Amino acid sequence: MKFTWFNLMPWPHLPDDFREKHRSVWVDIPSELYDPLEGNRVYNEYLDQLEYADSLGFDGIGVNEHHQNAYGLMPSPNIMAASLARRTSRAAICVIGNSIALYNPPIRVAEEFAMLDVISGGRLVAGFPVGSPMDTNHCYGQIPALTRDKYYEAHDLIKRAWAEDEPFAFDGKYNQLRYVNCWPKPIQKPHPPIYIPGGGSVETWDWCAAHDYNYSYLSFGGYIAGRAMMDGYWERVAAIAPDESPFRGAFAQIICVADSDAQAEELYADHMLYFFNRCLHVAPDFSDPPGYRTIKTIKAGKLDQLRAESQKIFANLTWGDLVDKGFVIAGSPDTVRERCEDMIRSLHIGHLFGLFHMGNMPDWKTRRSTKLFAEQVMPKLRDIWSADWKDDDRWWIHPYEGRVRAEDSLPGGERDAHAHRIAPESL
Amino acid sequence: MAERTIETRKGIRVRVREAGSGPSLVYLHGISGLLDPEPLLDRLAEQFRVHAPVWPGYGEEEGEERIEDMLDFTLHGLDVLEALELERPHLVGHSFGGMIAAEMASLASAAVDRLVLLAPYGLWHDESPIEDVFATTPFHLSKLLFSDAEQGQKVLTAGLDFSHDGALTDFMVSNARRLGTAGKVLFPIPNRRLSKRLYRLAAETLIVWGSADRLIPPAYAGHWQALLPHAQCEEIEGAAHMLQAEQPAAVAETIAKFLRATDGASGR
Repeated sequence: MKFTWFNLMPWPHLPDDFREKHRSVWVDIPSELYDPLEGNRVYNEYLDQLEYADSLGFDGIGVNEHHQNAYGLMPSPNIMAASLARRTSRAAICVIGNSIALYNPPIRVAEEFAMLDVISGGRLVAGFPVGSPMDTNHCYGQIPALTRDKYYEAHDLIKRAWAEDEPFAFDGKYNQLRYVNCWPKPIQKPHPPIYIPGGGSVETWDWCAAHDYNYSYLSFGGYIAGRAMMDGYWERVAAIAPDESPFRGAFAQIICVADSDAQAEELYADHMLYFFNRCLHVAPDFSDPPGYRTIKTIKAGKLDQLRAESQKIFANLTWGDLVDKGFVIAGSPDTVRERCEDMIRSLHIGHLFGLFHMGNMPDWKTRRSTKLFAEQVMPKLRDIWSADWKDDDRWWIHPYEGRVRAEDSLPGGERDAHAHRIAPESL
Repeated sequence: MAERTIETRKGIRVRVREAGSGPSLVYLHGISGLLDPEPLLDRLAEQFRVHAPVWPGYGEEEGEERIEDMLDFTLHGLDVLEALELERPHLVGHSFGGMIAAEMASLASAAVDRLVLLAPYGLWHDESPIEDVFATTPFHLSKLLFSDAEQGQKVLTAGLDFSHDGALTDFMVSNARRLGTAGKVLFPIPNRRLSKRLYRLAAETLIVWGSADRLIPPAYAGHWQALLPHAQCEEIEGAAHMLQAEQPAAVAETIAKFLRATDGASGR
């Protein structure tokens, strides 16, 4: 079992009356609510937490891409990943991912991901989301009905750019490039592990299974509600892929660990409610631009999110609801281990993206929960798939053994002290 | 009205509603599709031979994946005129159908007699932004499109009750096909640089706007006229963007008066 520590990087200062005053946390939220000076502290705190997770033995540290979004302050996850690549040397750098239909040309993603893979010494996990309609269509102006087509073309271009050793011409519908020639190339061959984060489009399941990509179901609905989606994915895997390795699947889950169940509520409840009540206040107007979802997905989908009354559900959630319905796995190490095991087995996942910092949680609580999980929960779940899928590393990084490590590098300062490691006297 | 299916030179099958007798008139429907019934067409059929083709993505016929951009739409429109075997018909286009009609008349002036644009998309001015129909849930569409939202909801959904999941899903499927297709030329800003090509538009032109249009502000009638100095403009009271559904008699009378006028009296 692989564990990745994920931070969405939310803005922690949305006002108490945010829901009443603003229609959406995403797309048209006024940027006057953001304070760049406080942002300096927040970004650095969040990056520190990711490095802390690396030091505690998490297998991966994860970042993702959102735009015009107060719960996801990473318009460019690659900038975050670059910083982490330099300051860590062990954990996978999971960029889940770059919305490849947005990059013009998408060769930019092939280049930046290759840079990250090379700088980190082969530790990149490369995520290729189609992207949410909020980010992709409303913020970045892609035409809904053509988004998926453009995404597939971008994917084909990036894969080929990584694979080819000679320049080639690419005559695409959305990208025409006379000389495609990816410099640098990634360390991991034939390419870094590819993860496809999905929100429930049924086409994506078939596509992941057919390409042997990891499907990562990212929602905030928790593992109980996530069961139906993952079951749908595994049905398609059974039909299309050669095996049903749990490492083909990943799931994002909010997790809070404390000394006791009661203490978990005391420590974390307010911050979870901040996340669900304010950060998830997304206007339904933005959630489904006609043409984005395919007809097949609409017919398979739920309508709840569109109905006015359902918008009030998040506003009225209690801590009890969040825990009982599995939105949040919270409690003592024993409770969390038990529920995580239930989640891992019921969803049949080999990768867990743990969301440990949520909403406006302060640093010390985030670290406390993270440390308890790393020391008292993770070891007991580590070998859950060992019986049948031992050594199945097809969806994980293969770092370069001789890579430069953070502890070996010389970040600035007086170089004389290390002169013997830099250059012979004669230079 | 009678319906038949034609096939264009490109091989796209198109349903066409037809009625009446008189000079040929082709009606290109707008973002919400051809309503059933569409009272404007019944009125026009009293004086004209009306042909109302259904855009790909709007009817039961498929083929919308073969229409991807403004040129595809425009050529499809011209292909339909050809398949209908009409000699220079009058062209009436509503909403996004008006945008395509104006492009057709600009690119192929010999194919069109007189042109009527009902609240057309196609231009953009920052000082009067067009409302975002793609960020409007099915529950709020009628408020955006009709001056009488309650009546509009009935017209738009043909009486479907959204409290039933099946009805809501059906509506969302057809809405996704319709606006998904129209979105190829309307999203995110409904401006495909038609203004650069309007200098070619030689047809005598009438521009008609609903005075209560909340989707495309009536100020756009003036923006059109600035680019088509010889065009006439008319405003219809008591009508929003769906003026053809809300005031069919007034709209039909305005159109007929313009199309019936002696040559030269109605424009350039």
